[in-house]
Amino acid sequence: MTPDKRMKGSQALVAALEHEGCEVLFGYPGGVAIPFYDALYDAKALRHVLVRHEQGAAHAADGYARATGRVGVCTATSGPGATNLVTGIATAYLDSSPLVAITWQVRSDLIGTDAFQEADITGITLPIVKHSYLVKDAAELPQVVHEAFHIASTGRPGPVVIDIPVDIALGELAYHDADSLDLPGYRPTFKGHIKQIRAAAKAINEAQRPVLYLGGGAIASDAAPEILQLAELRRLPVATTLMALGAFPETHELSMGMLGMHGTVTANYAVHECDLLVNLGARFDDRVTGKLKAFAPHARIIHADVDPAEIGKNVAPLIPIVGDAKHVAAGLVKELEAMEWPAERTAEWLARIAARREEFPLHYEDPKDGKLAPQLVVQEIDRLTAHDAIICTDVGQHQMWATQYYTYRYPRQFISSGGLGTMGFGLPASIGAKIGIPDKTVVDISGDGGFQMTMQELATAVSYDVPVVVCILNNGYLGMVRQWQDLFWNKRYSFTCIEAQPDFKMLAEAFGAVGLLVTEKDEIEPALREAIGCGRPAVIDFRTSAEENVFPMVPAGQEITEMIGGQSRKGRKS
Amino acid sequence: MKHTLSILVENKPGVLTRVAGLFARRGFNIESLAVGLSEDPKLSRITIVIDGDEHPVDQVTKQLHKLINVLKIRDLDAGNAVSAELLIVRVAGEGDKRTEALQIAEIFKAKIVDVDRRALTLRVVGTNDKLEALLELLQPLGILEVVRTGTIAMGRGRG
Repeated sequence: MTPDKRMKGSQALVAALEHEGCEVLFGYPGGVAIPFYDALYDAKALRHVLVRHEQGAAHAADGYARATGRVGVCTATSGPGATNLVTGIATAYLDSSPLVAITWQVRSDLIGTDAFQEADITGITLPIVKHSYLVKDAAELPQVVHEAFHIASTGRPGPVVIDIPVDIALGELAYHDADSLDLPGYRPTFKGHIKQIRAAAKAINEAQRPVLYLGGGAIASDAAPEILQLAELRRLPVATTLMALGAFPETHELSMGMLGMHGTVTANYAVHECDLLVNLGARFDDRVTGKLKAFAPHARIIHADVDPAEIGKNVAPLIPIVGDAKHVAAGLVKELEAMEWPAERTAEWLARIAARREEFPLHYEDPKDGKLAPQLVVQEIDRLTAHDAIICTDVGQHQMWATQYYTYRYPRQFISSGGLGTMGFGLPASIGAKIGIPDKTVVDISGDGGFQMTMQELATAVSYDVPVVVCILNNGYLGMVRQWQDLFWNKRYSFTCIEAQPDFKMLAEAFGAVGLLVTEKDEIEPALREAIGCGRPAVIDFRTSAEENVFPMVPAGQEITEMIGGQSRKGRKS
Repeated sequence: MKHTLSILVENKPGVLTRVAGLFARRGFNIESLAVGLSEDPKLSRITIVIDGDEHPVDQVTKQLHKLINVLKIRDLDAGNAVSAELLIVRVAGEGDKRTEALQIAEIFKAKIVDVDRRALTLRVVGTNDKLEALLELLQPLGILEVVRTGTIAMGRGRG
């Protein structure tokens, strides 16, 4: 233990962050943040990345967290600085991402007086945080930071807000590293109950038509190795949610890809027909289940989640297990290894799935308008990065094509706002991801709509030399809303056509990044090679087909077998 | 169906907001809420009465458990808990009405805590049902003002 050292609150915060192993934080200064920024000026191990908008700071910290598994940290000044973080905090909350957001607050004696740049940020963020602190005494700082990191990163991860009045930053304290926790109300259960795990193992062993349904918890708990073992041991076909892409390699013969609204025919039918559904770390979200009453109608359901509140929330499982995906999968493997199991038990089922995969692959046709097929662009990114890049996205059609046409092989490879569906997430998240994992190629697959929401962060990428590759699938539309208008609103494209569009190539160049424009098929590969190889931030404007839709699609609230555009290969030329 | 939840929380600023906010977000109306220190000055005990079906109450209980400052929650079974609420009521009391009000007070073991020419103020402790019965009887006399603490409750036996 370090000896107590007199210092200011602002310095103590830097020391405490460094003690937690924080290497980088994303932020934006402001009036009451000045004392902290003054202390950051002298920081040795802690690096600060100046973003161009606080929302970018939150998303970048979130992208860093999702890519690395470590806590992402962002900071903003009081009032508008703090409120600009709100979308990013909510994004992290819905996707259970470990984020610590440090906001600065007006002087303690001014709180509640509507002081300049005062906002009640702990109040505003109450419904979207795992926990929050309003620091009342400089001496609390080391302990608060230690607890915040612990809470953000354990159990079901999530965002923690630390709101610090400026006088606390200026106040003095005797600093020592905080290493113990005093959280009597916080004791997450990681290990599933052995009785439940035994019951689940028995059900898996007996199942003739099992499906493994993975959610974000599989990635959050680093469960991929245990899940691979489990799936291979009993030859369990695997469907993943958007949040779990990469938790199971899509190159594996047992992978069925993503399930749900834009999931594969194979995965959705398998869930519909299975007699046992093993949910590890997923939450039966409406984008996955469609009409809840008709979801997995023939199945006994096992639901394992580290968050007890998820169990029974939407679906009452036959075998509930409170525990994380990693421990539960490991427990299941251990139990199953001791059981007899004839491989022919599931042979018919696996053959049925293999046949369906063959008959109903994802497919698209060459666009009639002569523009690029967006799916082809994603396939080319997949091919040229050898299924190895980290892919970040915004939200909408391009996001769904990114789930469908890129091959995810490892956890934390796909970084996307799944729960909140936040447009503008992709670029800042990709900057955070690239800073966290500099050795990987990081590609932000975006749309022309989402990109324009946070495109100022190109300046951040350029100034810190973060070579992310931004691929804009530019169809001139807010494509997913247009798709719904096309299918369900009589093609009344109300305010979804983006008529005035910047020249993205010139825009990128204006920021000091590489800008490329691709309109022809044969330009895709050279442009991607240049963007990936140049070692600088790059933006490629891919002019894609204007009215291409994402298929298959399960209309909201319908049964997941009621898919539009999930035709058989037999019924079409290919 | 009514549920009485006894929630042990850390005695820290903002905890009540977190708890109450959760009920609002999950669509519950709080019928009554009482909060005070527990046997340990670092902990407070909140008693909340809500009306809700079994499943949503179970869900809100689990969500409450996720609040870092919440230590313990009990869904108290009415048959196996002691509960009480304090009520103060001012009732019109002139002439015959005064006699009647005094009789009713006597029956309910209510204490007369204030009196003037026109009205009587009664204070009474009892279960929710008892207080409701009292108010029903006083109604014809003319109730001028009512204030209630909300139910507090404790499980029987091992507590």
